[in-house]
Amino acid sequence: MKRSETRIAQVYGWLLLLPAAVLLIAFTHYPTVATLVQSFFSSGTATRPSAFVGAENYRFMVADEVFWKVLSNNIWYALGTIPVSIALAVLMAIWVNGRLPARSVVRMAYFTPTILPMIAVANIWLFFYTPEIGLIDQIGGFFGLPGHNWLGDPDTVLGCLIVITIWKEAGFFMIFYLAALQSLPPELEEAARLEGAGRWYFFRRVTFPLLMPTTLFVLINAMINSFKLVDHLFILTKGGPDNASALLLYYIYEVAFSFFDEAYAATLTAVMLLALAVIAIGQFLALDKRIHYR
Amino acid sequence: MSGVARRTPWDWAEIAAAWLLAGLWLMPLIYAFWAAFHPPEYAVNFKLLAPLTLQNFAEAWSQAPFARYYFNTFVLVTSVLAAQFVLCTLAAYAFARFVFAGRDVAFALVLVQLMIMPEVLIVENYRTMSRLGLVDTITGIGLPYMASAFGIFLLRQTFKTVPKELEEAARVEGCSWLQILWKVYVPLARPTYVAYGLVSVSYHWNNFLWPLVITNSVGTRPLTVGLAIFGAPESGVDWSIISAGTLIAVAPLLIAFLLFQRQFVQSFMHAGIK
Repeated sequence: MKRSETRIAQVYGWLLLLPAAVLLIAFTHYPTVATLVQSFFSSGTATRPSAFVGAENYRFMVADEVFWKVLSNNIWYALGTIPVSIALAVLMAIWVNGRLPARSVVRMAYFTPTILPMIAVANIWLFFYTPEIGLIDQIGGFFGLPGHNWLGDPDTVLGCLIVITIWKEAGFFMIFYLAALQSLPPELEEAARLEGAGRWYFFRRVTFPLLMPTTLFVLINAMINSFKLVDHLFILTKGGPDNASALLLYYIYEVAFSFFDEAYAATLTAVMLLALAVIAIGQFLALDKRIHYR
Repeated sequence: MSGVARRTPWDWAEIAAAWLLAGLWLMPLIYAFWAAFHPPEYAVNFKLLAPLTLQNFAEAWSQAPFARYYFNTFVLVTSVLAAQFVLCTLAAYAFARFVFAGRDVAFALVLVQLMIMPEVLIVENYRTMSRLGLVDTITGIGLPYMASAFGIFLLRQTFKTVPKELEEAARVEGCSWLQILWKVYVPLARPTYVAYGLVSVSYHWNNFLWPLVITNSVGTRPLTVGLAIFGAPESGVDWSIISAGTLIAVAPLLIAFLLFQRQFVQSFMHAGIK
């Protein structure tokens, strides 16, 4: 009796899982493996079928200046967006969690960018950055500053994208900090106040360490996003000028769907997968460490 | 000691900073409203008494098939959400309440999708879709997202908190496995469904890269892709009309957000802390 029931549970378990498993395998696991395999083959053409070429695609990639440019852009983009958006998120969460007049309006303002599509906000930011007539130059002009072609200058274009991404993400990350702050026992702050601890001291020694799990979670999300979030490039720069603002996923898109080089796009995707794997392992190790602390 | 403690000048400085940041954060939206509701000559010229107009909306609406884009996005978002609810519920139930060989490995494999999202695999997934004949279909846009690791994970966590006794009681009354799922688990997980639903709808309403890759006609393009084509600088439309088009595209989500702000914020929180 008991044994037949366990067997039925086995079958049921797999049957329930089956529909989701089929789709996950078809659109996550299979393409991941197929990408890695494809990166060792040449692109097939009508006359010449795809053939095994060993590490040829990777050799090509290492020699490709654009690849290195795009990779370094992506690293700067991540370094520019992640720390600032996390710091702002913490600040926003503390403000919105405190005794702030018009608190819910402020919270709404911080959170609104999260629900707007990147493609739509890029349209608006494009106007902000427009030379001379754009909002930034108009404000600058008011203070007597000369106009500047923000998106046309290789030195400023990546910074412009970083600003938009910070604007877009900080309010989203704020939510997680807000949830964490609300779960902290209020006695902690009262006790600290009775002890005469200053707010900054309290934050540094009590709040921030207690927010560590949230910070780890947000950090992982932010790192994934810095590879995944490229929508605004399509409107603002198309990777230009001279690839100064191209990011890895955007380059993959171009190689695959503008240059139609499937093999090279697969090779670039393999690099992206490697980066994501490194993030995943990093997260795993960090979680492991935290368990030891407890 | 009555009520609120007195605010020091330092407190006021902090409040001012919080408000200033909020103002900055709303700037793009405020500007979009300004440009969309004023005649084009005021798009870069901020006069308090500039006349108001709806002309830009009429222009934008007539220059691009927004009605069709709306329809496509609506079909996309609802079909993805419906499929996600069904698939994720079944899978989460399996992970939460059944003991079967290979369960933990299967769960780990599901979680892979949290890291490797469909956006990253556009090249290979495009090939799969063309083999399946699903290029330029709304099914093709939605299919890679329908089995969502995030949804499975979220529902599994929720199902695990349901007391076993409720399930036992239902079983004594002669309920089958599926009836137990439908009558016990699903109703108790309602807040999770609401939270996940809101997150999913805003994600797919806003999603761009994969829909751009997989669609190539007006009949399938969602709003985001339509808007990108509409607003492309080479199309030569002016700021006021682009702003109007942008507001048309974001309006339903924005209005829903303003009306149900608390629910949105709490849903994102709920989804985030599991």
